[in-house]
Order: sequence, then structure tokens, then C-alpha cells
Amino acid sequence: MASLHDFVKISDYEWELAAHFRPGERAPVRFFATRELLEDALNDLSIEQAANAAALPGVAGVVVMPDVHQGYGLPIGGVLATRVSDGVISPGSIGYDINCGVRLLGSTIQYEEAEPYLDHLATALNQRCPSGVGASGGLKLSNEELDQVCREGARWAYKHGMATEQDLRHIEEGGRLEGASAEAISARAKERGRTQLGTLGAGNHFIEVQVVDQIFDANAAQAMGLIEGALCLSIHCGSRGFGHQVCTDFVQSFQAAARKYGIHLPDRELVCVPFDSPEGETYLGAMRAAANYAFANRQVLTHLARQAFDEALAGKIKNRHLHLVYDITHNIAKIETHRVNGQEMKLCVHRKGATRAFGPGAPGLPAEYSAIGQPVLVPGSMGTASWVLVGTPEAMQRSFGSSCHGAGRVMSRSKAKHSVRGEELKRELEQDGIHVRAGSMAGLAEEAPEAYKNVDLVIEAVSGAKIARKVARLRPVAVIKG
Amino acid sequence: MVRLEGEVKDYYNESMNGSRSGFEEIEHTADWALSVWAPDLPQLFVQAAQGMYRLMDVVLAEGERQQRTLELEGFDHESLLVAFLSELLYIGESEGVGFDRFEITLEENRLRAQMEGAPIVRQKKEIKAVTFHNLQIQERDGLLWTTIVFDV
Repeated sequence: MASLHDFVKISDYEWELAAHFRPGERAPVRFFATRELLEDALNDLSIEQAANAAALPGVAGVVVMPDVHQGYGLPIGGVLATRVSDGVISPGSIGYDINCGVRLLGSTIQYEEAEPYLDHLATALNQRCPSGVGASGGLKLSNEELDQVCREGARWAYKHGMATEQDLRHIEEGGRLEGASAEAISARAKERGRTQLGTLGAGNHFIEVQVVDQIFDANAAQAMGLIEGALCLSIHCGSRGFGHQVCTDFVQSFQAAARKYGIHLPDRELVCVPFDSPEGETYLGAMRAAANYAFANRQVLTHLARQAFDEALAGKIKNRHLHLVYDITHNIAKIETHRVNGQEMKLCVHRKGATRAFGPGAPGLPAEYSAIGQPVLVPGSMGTASWVLVGTPEAMQRSFGSSCHGAGRVMSRSKAKHSVRGEELKRELEQDGIHVRAGSMAGLAEEAPEAYKNVDLVIEAVSGAKIARKVARLRPVAVIKG
Repeated sequence: MVRLEGEVKDYYNESMNGSRSGFEEIEHTADWALSVWAPDLPQLFVQAAQGMYRLMDVVLAEGERQQRTLELEGFDHESLLVAFLSELLYIGESEGVGFDRFEITLEENRLRAQMEGAPIVRQKKEIKAVTFHNLQIQERDGLLWTTIVFDV
């Protein structure tokens, strides 16, 4: 296990893993955290997993966020940047839930006005947005429609009247990754994908109604249409069984491919192939198709959530419009240009439980966010605060334009379900004025707030390291979980 | 009817006392990890399947039974294990069927499983995928052991 002595302190918020830690290590591993959060991370295998990733061929650097925790292959909260010229692409370092991500919608609805109707709103959201274990409740797509979703992403939803033009502008990459290949997807993945569009799933996925509790940057909040005391809606989910199957297929088939290319794997889940190879190209096309599916999924759920707001608040609140603030992905690989050792370099940036956090003026940001930087959305654990941040120039220099994605677990699921009772937790949340709809009490218990780090401390770490800046803090008033 | 119910720990104790094969859920911060042991590979695969169903808290229907034969090929035994469990997840999701009786034969890197099961009447948890994380089937004290990490 790593210890504090294995780190060189760069600042109160930034640490580098010493070169002696792993003989096979080829690239630097930088950790953004306070000393306290770094010590938390030393309790599981997060650091070892990050060091393993740094030993893959053609790695330009590994960056670890303060919400890090042990995962499989690359830790959750890890960023693995590989050189496009001589590096690799690694499906397991993106994760099974390809383009799992978060979107935030804002409104002008004041909490006081809506408070009497929140219970009805929670029920309406729960009824209209299918969630939970299994596949049912989604749209039924033909093979041809599924291929269109793979190519068009959220634009597919726009063509079917489930998105506005402004929605599309406020999604990372406009809700559609170029270069998606429906042909690279297995028949099995397609079969799973055809029935699951517009479903939330289970686990840590959720829909949450929140209130803007505190604003830290009035200018940025105004650009995002965030008003103190007004309701917001967050949606956290990904590409469902479609993405899981795509990743499963490639992690399996790359086991033989990695041997063919003579790649030594410190962990088989880190399996990878050269970025510039037929296998790498096929996976990239499939991953982009799954990412587009996830963008469409969150868009369809947004459409259903807007219907729920109308149903619950019609005749009570005049302006019920929910505008999309932003939609970011936190499980993906993107081709980006960053400076490494003073040189501009084209990189394949794998983010697994980490978000893009581009600073002001970065390419690809919509005009209204160009001056403030890219919105970064950080949901807290259930029942606790969520944060809206913006990316910074420092993130571009220090963290491959990346920041944290959530609170990060500290307690195992098995321990959480043995020490927390779902029913009790639900009652406690409701006593705090949070309306809860949950498909499974055991699932609820595993997501208990005490199983996670304090999200406020994670935010202090990224803002202290200047890889993101605080804009607003949100507090939950209704939670819908599968 | 076989009900796959209750705490995994209980099953562990029971099997430690009574037999040379079993499974136990072990601590993992974000996901689920299962330690599995058995005297030979086919039994190891069966224990892994039963442990996975138990983690998902799956209950099968009484009454009519269903038969199924699977034939899989893999890169090695570990990749066959992942393929086998992934196949069970897929059948569970797409057809709503789970299995509780297995006859498994392994020849080099090919697996043949004759399985018997029934519709799933209850499933509390979802597993996204079976991972290869540090996956290694090892021999210790005359038994085969492995630890499987599931993405949830």
C-alpha cells in the first residue's frame, strides 16, 4: 500500500507520486487533494491503480481527483492521458457505463412557490422517468432508429421533438460525438440498446430536484441562468445496457489483441491496444456510438422530466420552463490537444469518474460560456449538496483540462448495506424536507450519505488547486432513485 | 425450488463447515467483489454463478423449469469465466431467466454448460458488468481460488 511518504508535495492541494513507488511507472501521477483527502485515498487501492495505469505504453500523464476511490483498472476519479502518436486506448479506463454523466437544468420557479407541490412533483417524475433494475419502460427502437441514435446522439431527440436548439448547444460536444460507428457495435449490444433509451437505471443514478442555495460567482451564475432560491433539476445516468455491453465486448476481445501487440498489462482490466491500430479505431467508433446513445438518453429523460413539471405544476406556477444549463460526461475518452513538457501534444484523454473542465475561451464552448469557462457539475451524495463550478486556465495547464465528478465513496457497498437501513434513511431524508422515491430500500442504503466523502471538502480541494472555480451550491429537495 | 436468498455471509459459513467450495462477498469501496473457491474449475464456475445471483438478490419462480445449453470460447480460463458470467447477466436482462443447476465441462479454452433454471420473480440489484480487474484463478491448499470484481 502507498503511504504519505510516497508523495512529493507540490502545494497544499497538489501532490506527485514519487518515482520510486513503482519501477514500471513511466509517466507522472499527480494527485489533487488536501492532505486529509489524500490520507483517505491511502485506505484503499486507488493509488496503486493509478500507478498501474501510468505504466501503460505511451502515457503522457495520470491525474487523480480528490473524489478518487478504488475501482477496477483505472481508479474512479482518474484521468489517463495517452499520446495519440504512440500511446494506447483502454476501454476499461473509460468504464462500462460509457458517457455516464450529469446534466443540470435551471428554472425561475422559486422554492417557496413550489414547496406545497413537491411531493406531487416527486411522484410525477418517478412515474414518467422509468428507473430501476431491468430494461423495461424505455422507447422501443428499430435497428435503423438505434443506428440513428448512435450517429446523432441528442440530435436524434431534437429531430423527434424532445429537445430545443438551446439544449443541444449546452451539451458537451453539442450532444453528438463525430466519428461514431454503429457498425462497430455487436448485435447483442444493439439488442440491449433497442429497449432502454429513456431509462435511468439503478445504482448511483438519480434524478434530483434542487434549490440554488448559495451563489459564489454572480456573473457566471447569471450566464447559466441560476437564480438564488430557484428550483433546478439534475439527471445522472449513462448509456445503460448498451454501453455496458460495448465495453464488455471490447475488454474481452482486447485480451487477445493486447498479447498480439506485446503489451504488458499490470492489471487485465487495463487491457488496451495501440490508439493507432484497426482494433483501436473500431473501439473508438463503438465508444462514440455508446456516448451518443447516453447523450440521447439524458435528453429523452429531460423531455419526460419537463412533462412531469408541467403535470405537477400546471395552473399553479406560470413559468415552468426548465432550461439546460449544461450536460457533461464523466466516463469517456476524448481526443484533445494539451501542453506536455512545454510541447503541444495530441492526446487521448480517458476520464473515468472525472469531468472535462475547460477554461474560458477553450474551443468547443458555446458563446455564452466562452468568457466564464465550461460549467462543471458535481453532484454530492444523496441528501447532501451539489455544486456548480467552472473550468479554469489552471486546469488546462495542470490536469489535462479536468476536474472532479462527485463526492467519491469511502465505505464499501457491503458495509453500507449492513450498517444503514434503507427505510430509516428514507425517513431521515424526509425529516430534512427531502421527498424520496426509491425502487429498492437495499439500493438506497448502499447510497447512504455516510458511504461517501463530504462533497464540500472535495470542492475545497479542486478550488484550492484552482482546477475549477465555485459558482453555486445546490441543496436537494426531492430524490428519485431506481 | 432453490431460493437464492439471505446473507452471503451465512452461506459462506455454511460452506466452510460443510464443503470445499463456496463464495464470500468481500469489501470493495465502489463495486462488489466476490471471493470464490472450489476443488476444480467446473465447480468454481458454478460457485461464481451462484455468488453473482446472490449479490443481485435474485429469486427464481417455482413451477416450470427451463433448460439451456451454452457453448463459449475464451482466451484463457479467466476470460471464459468472465464470458460465462456475462452470458448469465445477459440472459437475465433480456429474457428474465436465471439458473440454479449447472453441468459444466471445460476443454482447453472451450466451455459447455448445461443449465436448468426458471423465470426471475425478483431481483433487487443490478450488475453492470463482470470485470477482469486483477482476475486470476490460483491454486492454494489443493483448491482453486479467484476474486471477481463486478461493476455496479
